[in-house]
Amino acid sequence: MLVNGLVILAAAALIGLIIWWFFGNFQKSSQQADLANGRQEGQVVVKGGYEPEVLYLKQGVPAEVTFKMEDKTACLSHVVFSSLGVDKDLSKEKLAKVQIPTDKAGEIDYACGMDMFHGKIVVR
Amino acid sequence: MKLTNWRRFWLSLFLALPMLAQMLLMIWGIMLPGIKTYSLIATSLIMLIGAGPYIQSAWAALKRHQANMNSLIAIGTSVTYVYSLFAYFTGRPVYFESAAFILIFVLLGDALEEKMHDRAAASLNKLLELQASEAEVKRGEDFVKLPLDQVKAGDIIKVRPGGKVPVDGRLVSGQSSVNEAMVTGESMPVAKKPGDRVIGATINGSGSFLMVAEQVGEETMLAQIVKVVKQAQNSRAPIQKLTDKVANYFVPAVLIVSILTFAIWDVFSPVGPVKAMLYAVSVIVIACPCALGLATSTALMVASGRSARMGVLIKDGEILEAAAKIKTIVFDKTGTLTVGQPQLVDQVGDKASLSLAASLEANSEHPLAQAIVTSAKKGGQPLLPVSDFSAEEGKGVEGKVAGHLVKVGRADYVSAPDAWRQQAEGLAEAGKTVAYVQKDSAVIGLLALQDAPRPEAKAVLSELKSRGIKTVMLTGDNQQLAEKIGRQLGIDQAEAGLLPGEKADRLAKLQEAGPVAFVGDGINDAPALSLADVGIAMGSGTDVAKEAGGIVLMTSDLTGVLRALDLSKQTFTRIKLNLFWALIYNLIGIPVAAGLFSFIGVSLSPELAALAMAFSSVSVLLSSLMLNWTKIAGAGKN
Repeated sequence: MLVNGLVILAAAALIGLIIWWFFGNFQKSSQQADLANGRQEGQVVVKGGYEPEVLYLKQGVPAEVTFKMEDKTACLSHVVFSSLGVDKDLSKEKLAKVQIPTDKAGEIDYACGMDMFHGKIVVR
Repeated sequence: MKLTNWRRFWLSLFLALPMLAQMLLMIWGIMLPGIKTYSLIATSLIMLIGAGPYIQSAWAALKRHQANMNSLIAIGTSVTYVYSLFAYFTGRPVYFESAAFILIFVLLGDALEEKMHDRAAASLNKLLELQASEAEVKRGEDFVKLPLDQVKAGDIIKVRPGGKVPVDGRLVSGQSSVNEAMVTGESMPVAKKPGDRVIGATINGSGSFLMVAEQVGEETMLAQIVKVVKQAQNSRAPIQKLTDKVANYFVPAVLIVSILTFAIWDVFSPVGPVKAMLYAVSVIVIACPCALGLATSTALMVASGRSARMGVLIKDGEILEAAAKIKTIVFDKTGTLTVGQPQLVDQVGDKASLSLAASLEANSEHPLAQAIVTSAKKGGQPLLPVSDFSAEEGKGVEGKVAGHLVKVGRADYVSAPDAWRQQAEGLAEAGKTVAYVQKDSAVIGLLALQDAPRPEAKAVLSELKSRGIKTVMLTGDNQQLAEKIGRQLGIDQAEAGLLPGEKADRLAKLQEAGPVAFVGDGINDAPALSLADVGIAMGSGTDVAKEAGGIVLMTSDLTGVLRALDLSKQTFTRIKLNLFWALIYNLIGIPVAAGLFSFIGVSLSPELAALAMAFSSVSVLLSSLMLNWTKIAGAGKN
């Protein structure tokens, strides 16, 4: 009886932990791209997701974002910018460069090939 | 040596073979000696080879409050492995083979998926492979072979018989016929003479010619087609929003279900904690959000590649989804349902009138004049020298031909007698435009011209009707003429007397009854094309990407409309089927894995759950690849 009670308590605690950890209001990691010689370069590390999740770019400065592949699983093997028509196979290109148009301010979303992981580039 | 998914799979499978043998021998109650210890060692190695990447990826994701398929695999295998370690050292039954086979099946699924994803994406590469790799370019006095990226606009290029046209341009000398099927979908070779456009990547027939390069590099038609296809392949269909929403909640929800599975079995049933744990692991392992994510994207990828090869460019997934739901198709008349250029259809009176008229009209720019000249040339009629030529805008032309004063034009211009006028009226009533030919002071003949319907128009329209799609024609012509052509082609509704701007208004009215597609020429009909739910541009320009309309037909062949509809419908049906499969997998798979049906003897061991999961992604991919072989109007198998 006591064991059963403990199992139920532990299960409830674990479920609570999951809800808090995955749906709680946490800050997304973000970063501003480096600016040098009139160009900006950002880097996104691909490992279990995108780091930083939000990359900020300055409007009007030509920009290039490098995706650095550190994940060995198939899940994250592609990075797809549906609005730019870009689909890079990171399992073939460990450092994939993507040119980002910065003429307009706004958000550019990207995702993995299966649309499970999402990242964002914000031009401002 | 780099460990690819395939290598990981084969290595793990090799290590696991004795465990597989044991699983089979268990049926007869045979235990291999030392299998428990072998399982411990082999599975530890497999965990290292196979599970490492998943655990690393899952841990990185967890740190940023995310969970994904890798998390499920990492948790599923770790739980069974760690429990089996504990069981081994405390003398209980072990479940090493579960952990090992979960990994083997997941690795197999990943590897297969990678391969098929490459296959689906290959449709685009097929287009790129069409390109010639070098060109014979004139440098100084000689022709030299240069790689394609060194060819500049303005270069003179030699194209040999059977060779590939390297870039877009125009013939300057020589003649040939060119097979343009790969770009336009048109299966008949197209005759080319100096001045005609040729398209890069098309294949020259038996003649040889010199051409001047006009568009090179990113500007060629092929490069633009590839660009549009790429964009379409990576675009999203609105139906995909469903998966976006599901993805965020899916994995945490599965984890919660799995905890509940364990707690409920453990507390409320006599099966004990070990069995409860196996049920919980099965739940984690079978749940696969991947199939959901692959359902739309792979179907789009295959469909847009295939359609491009058939001369139909679909710009994105949204258009594809809209095209599948079209109820009404509106056609522009001139240049869409008709050829767009008047042709000589009837000749009355003196046979010499065509030759005389053509000689005169060769000096005129008027579209009807061009038609008369073309017809004369086609009929082998000589063009005679003309002197004292003069033209009166909108009325006619005159000049001296072979010593006679010849006039070609409207009835008033030549002061035609009533007998000729009556004959002309009969022709006009049939929708033809009539030109009078007068030699010296007497009318000697009539030339009747008409913008003829495209040869395939009638068949296409009746096919559309049989599919229950309403057809409408918009035209600037008068009502009488419009109705005549409408009847001839069997169109449902003809709207006549419209100015270009009014076409868009009519379209908006038709849209009240449901989604409407508009078929027209990419340049003149741009407003209507962009207003319609689906704009289908009959390809004319070379700037495919900028042309208005979500669908661009590379040839002026109306069959392309049917192809576009067929493809959209089939792709959309396939996407729905894929999503259905992916959802069903989870809807049925999770309860079964949780042991809900164990009372009727149906349950899944963790390794079978892993097999089912791997199979779900692969089956969705296979289903998308099937789009390469479905039947499309006017197209054979690829």
